[in-house]
Amino acid sequence: MIVEVSSVSKRFGPRLAVDDLSLKVPPGVCFGLLGPNGAGKTTTLRMIYGVTRPSSGTIRVFGIDIARDPRTVRSRLGVTLQQNVLIEALSPEENLRVFGRYHLLREPELSRRIGELIAFLELSSHATVPVKHLSGGFQRRLAIALSMMNRPELLILDEPTTGLDPAVRLALWSRIRELQAGGTTVLLTTHYMDEAQRLCDHVAIISGGKVIDEGKPSDLIVNHLARETVEFDCAPEEESAMLNGVSFPSHRLRVGRRLMIYLDDATLLINHIRHYDQGDRRALVVRPTNLEDVFLALTGTSLEGGQ
Amino acid sequence: MNISPSHAFSVWRRNAVLYRRTWMWNILPNFFEPVFYLLSIGIGVGAYITQMGGMSYMEFLAPGLVCVAAMNGASFEVTYNFFVRLSYQKAYDAMLTTPIEPDDVLVGEVLWAITRACIYGGCFFAVIALVGLAPLPSALWVFPVILLAGLLFAAIGIAFSLRISNIDLFSFYFTLFLTPLFLFSDVFFPLHERLSEGWLWVAEVLPLLHPVRLARAAFRGEASLILLWDLAYILAVTMLLLVWARRGIRKRLMN
Repeated sequence: MIVEVSSVSKRFGPRLAVDDLSLKVPPGVCFGLLGPNGAGKTTTLRMIYGVTRPSSGTIRVFGIDIARDPRTVRSRLGVTLQQNVLIEALSPEENLRVFGRYHLLREPELSRRIGELIAFLELSSHATVPVKHLSGGFQRRLAIALSMMNRPELLILDEPTTGLDPAVRLALWSRIRELQAGGTTVLLTTHYMDEAQRLCDHVAIISGGKVIDEGKPSDLIVNHLARETVEFDCAPEEESAMLNGVSFPSHRLRVGRRLMIYLDDATLLINHIRHYDQGDRRALVVRPTNLEDVFLALTGTSLEGGQ
Repeated sequence: MNISPSHAFSVWRRNAVLYRRTWMWNILPNFFEPVFYLLSIGIGVGAYITQMGGMSYMEFLAPGLVCVAAMNGASFEVTYNFFVRLSYQKAYDAMLTTPIEPDDVLVGEVLWAITRACIYGGCFFAVIALVGLAPLPSALWVFPVILLAGLLFAAIGIAFSLRISNIDLFSFYFTLFLTPLFLFSDVFFPLHERLSEGWLWVAEVLPLLHPVRLARAAFRGEASLILLWDLAYILAVTMLLLVWARRGIRKRLMN
């Protein structure tokens, strides 16, 4: 195992941020921690790279106890923090140089590695412009480049694409997949279900500091809900009258006025609702069930809304 | 202890890279300050005070002011600049994703503050030597004193910075701590001529007093036993504060 978290808890004063959490990240996978803000994702990552001490439990990375030898562990992994920690007055190239020295890289290896990363993350157009003049997407790419300076075997990404526009997200996803194809193990946190679904081989859903379920994204969906989702607005009072006489198996979830019904084949339900609505047709959304729905079913709260 | 010298050096180097980009603008003011002192004392105060401690007033002031320059050089670095790196730029959070440990950060920052003290104090000394106020070569002994003053005030400042959560509190550090030190540490008048025996003992707690006494001895080219006490004071206080700072930096960076 690349990462092995065994019954780890972390208490901050009276608050239990991580509650008896266990995880195993095998080599070569892209592993996602999916959960809302405040679920304990960042704390879990910080404990894995050794800057937060667990209150109880043990963590081994590359088979090494992180509490025993954090230097060795951190020399073999890279971390992109949630918040970019770039030196704003320096250019991307100079940032990479400073960061490379933290890993004790020396010339000519240092310059060679900087060149590789500038090419890999497409930073060359602004490689010598001070970071403070660069766009958010460019800065994020640089932050990821920094965390790859030491050719990490394990890359930890804390919300890699939060706040980025769709084009930049797509570009970053393809970089992460390339890395993974090259043998790097990736451990990321996200509260975007599409990100988890498209990138991750394995997802652990975290809520209240606990893993509430984990597995392949597609398995998680079929284990908890049916394949298709019909989604529409409907007042709670109206619900039972409207669905009266629906006999096929279905699972319902409600968020405010929004009702979601999960079933294997949506056709019958759509016909039923159309019939009920008569001429006054309401807007129906029919879509594949996703991890967001699984999260909702498991916790009763939505991912983006947080706790 | 968990210090890796090469990692601590990479912390030092980060600051040096940023400093070097603007070194002209950083170094230039350091030369103006002694020039203004020379003008003020030379044209003004010196006309009224012709002698102090058995020499011209400017000669009396010179060694103390070199120490004040070293104190200021180190203090600015470990207060405002350190706090900004710690709390706003999150520079140390970035470092802690690499093999760098909090102890390395502490050592790197103290070394950098000493470097700044040497630049600041060194510039001041250069101007003073140029106008013939530093008896050479004996006055060159002031360089190790600048280093010690840098070390001492780096330790004091960093211990303070790690205990506060609000950058505005540094104005207290400067006005209620450094300014009185500047005024009452043997720099402007010989304490032993103005204070009674009892108060002289109390004055020994003032940290700036000790580098000033060492610097004055260097300028005079005279060694005496009390200098050993000054040296011991500087090293002991530094050690104590760094042990305390070590706990503080772990607490701030690893929670």
